[in-house]
Amino acid sequence: MTELLVGTKKGLFVLEGTAGQPFEVTSRAFAGEPVEFATRDPRTGRTLACVTSAFYGPKVFYTDDVAGEWEQAEGLALPDEAEKPLERLWSVVPGEEDGLVYAGGAPGVLFESHDGGETWKLNDAFWAQPTRPDWSPGEGGMCMHSIATWPGDPSRIALAISAVGVWLSDDGGQTWRHGNKGLYPRYMPEEARADTIDLCVHNMHRAPTRPERLFMQFHGGVYRSDDAGESWTSIADGLPSDFGFPMVLDPEDADSAYVIPLVADMDRTTPEGRARVYETRDAGDSWIERGDGLPSNDAYLTILRQAFCGEGAGPTMGLYFGATSGDVFGSGDAGKTWFTAATKLPPVHSVRVA
Amino acid sequence: MAFVRLRAPLSELAGGRRELELDGATVAEVLQALEREHPDVKGWILDERGAIREHINVFVNKEYGREETALRPGDRVHILPAISGG
Repeated sequence: MTELLVGTKKGLFVLEGTAGQPFEVTSRAFAGEPVEFATRDPRTGRTLACVTSAFYGPKVFYTDDVAGEWEQAEGLALPDEAEKPLERLWSVVPGEEDGLVYAGGAPGVLFESHDGGETWKLNDAFWAQPTRPDWSPGEGGMCMHSIATWPGDPSRIALAISAVGVWLSDDGGQTWRHGNKGLYPRYMPEEARADTIDLCVHNMHRAPTRPERLFMQFHGGVYRSDDAGESWTSIADGLPSDFGFPMVLDPEDADSAYVIPLVADMDRTTPEGRARVYETRDAGDSWIERGDGLPSNDAYLTILRQAFCGEGAGPTMGLYFGATSGDVFGSGDAGKTWFTAATKLPPVHSVRVA
Repeated sequence: MAFVRLRAPLSELAGGRRELELDGATVAEVLQALEREHPDVKGWILDERGAIREHINVFVNKEYGREETALRPGDRVHILPAISGG
């Protein structure tokens, strides 16, 4: 039995089912409110949800029972000198120490919790970056969506922000530096491409078994880094489009990555009306189209950056993604075949296996 | 004293109360008093800078109010979500 946490424009839906068959909605929380992201901390079983009410502002809630009561976390606020309040929370990621959890939000901010997500504190060093006044948001705001920890080493962290590129720390977040070498922002004027920090990363993941390797979906580009995010090499050849948002890795195969290409930034839908996932097992040297069981006609789907996830590893790895159409699709064989897990949900913002 | 009127979910955060009598010479002061009396409300109406959130409407009796709007004894302060969204 697989349990999915599906964040939508109108609340959090918990789905349960078995790969190959439709899933059931077993509970719903935050009815009517946008849930940007929800995940379960595997160390504690606690579920955390980022809820950005249009009226009441962004909050993190946590619970040990997704069908029960939720508690509001404290401390997710910007300092007094901020020109605007905290806009949105995009991601929650368990850290590499007991109780340590990170949250990323807009405008380009990192929060840390040392009690499993109950209380939070802004990462002051990142807030105080001297170039911050020059940072530019992407269409979805200046969102910190990717927080890549280093297995077993809490000192090493990589962050990615739309549109302020990659940031690296080797001291647990006390100091930060760029990790943008090799990224090519063709949406910028040619004269500005070499020096700009307006780098619109859409997603970034670290390979757990080879942590110096990261994969990235860029705003027009798919990249790999083999030096812990210092520099990046294009691996987009072989894809129908290098534009897209989400990305998943097989956690036991450092040469693996899955992406879901969209046409382009001006047409953020699946190409030719066909939903297709692309898989590499050779670190991006080649890509395999995976779509057996996915919609192949008149399917103009948009899959957002947090709406794709994996479960397990290897040939029986589960893969699940949701679209803004309200459909959720799954695979129980690492992408070889697919099934429809749910339809007619509100627009899907995020999907994670609980 | 002004009467602050709340709807769900704010009333739930205020101990289930839909109307509270609170001290304050301005809208901001009564909302701060509300936060002191019911800390769970903190961050829901006023943001971390003390400003009324963009999509919250505050009425003083039948007129729109802002943080600095002066209050007289007996005024009713209505806290409502804006008519917006999708």
